[in-house]
Amino acid sequence: MMRDHEYSRFQPKSYNTRMPIFWWIRKWAHIKFIARELTSVPIALYAIVLLIHIRAVATGPEAYADFLAVLRTPISIALHAVAFLCVIFHSITWFNLAPKALVIRLGRRRLPGALIAASNYVAWIIFSATIAWIFLKW
Amino acid sequence: MDFPEVVKTEMKRNVEPFWWSLFGAGGAIAALILPVLLFLNGLAIPLGWIEAPSYDHLFTLVKLPLARLFLFVVISFSLFHWAHRFRFTLYDGLQLKHLDKLIALLCYGSAIIITIAAAYTTLSI
Repeated sequence: MMRDHEYSRFQPKSYNTRMPIFWWIRKWAHIKFIARELTSVPIALYAIVLLIHIRAVATGPEAYADFLAVLRTPISIALHAVAFLCVIFHSITWFNLAPKALVIRLGRRRLPGALIAASNYVAWIIFSATIAWIFLKW
Repeated sequence: MDFPEVVKTEMKRNVEPFWWSLFGAGGAIAALILPVLLFLNGLAIPLGWIEAPSYDHLFTLVKLPLARLFLFVVISFSLFHWAHRFRFTLYDGLQLKHLDKLIALLCYGSAIIITIAAAYTTLSI
């Protein structure tokens, strides 16, 4: 019996069944759930890479050139490829879940979920195109 | 300070929506902004598909207050998104609920520290 728990306001002690660590590995839906939650790890790591990138630009042309050289290494490209898949998975699952979290009413009618999801994808395209344009061409 | 257990639980409950709203905002910002940045900087430019922008161009961009604010917001909110989500992944996925205080401290703490670093960097350019 585990008696050292403190979060038992609504859980009688006798109700604490121990779950195995890999409880989620048996079902595809559960694996997908854990994968979706874990996309937050590459997101945080990329936020840090972005910060290093900005620091390199702020430091000077040599530091920027050095940073670009690091980005060209095969390890960096492989890691970015994996991170890119994770980030895309995050975007898609996030946009598709948004209609469930967000209820918008127009008068008495509820705005259909597909419309909310679709507007997310449109916003995604607009943001991506604008950022790419400012970053590369402007 | 030592509060009674009921008060502590109540305080915890009041702070949860705050972390959740950071998680939500960060999730949306990361979903909209990170893929294009990661694709361009991590893949397209290093692989030579697209020519890298010149140093002068990037330096001009990074000097703009609005660009700096944008980068700070993207970095910081992405980190708080991670902190909240990863915290509950550890709770539920790895069944570590008994370490909740330590995990919350490490997750939100590292997000706060890197946010301070990001604020310092973006302000001092």
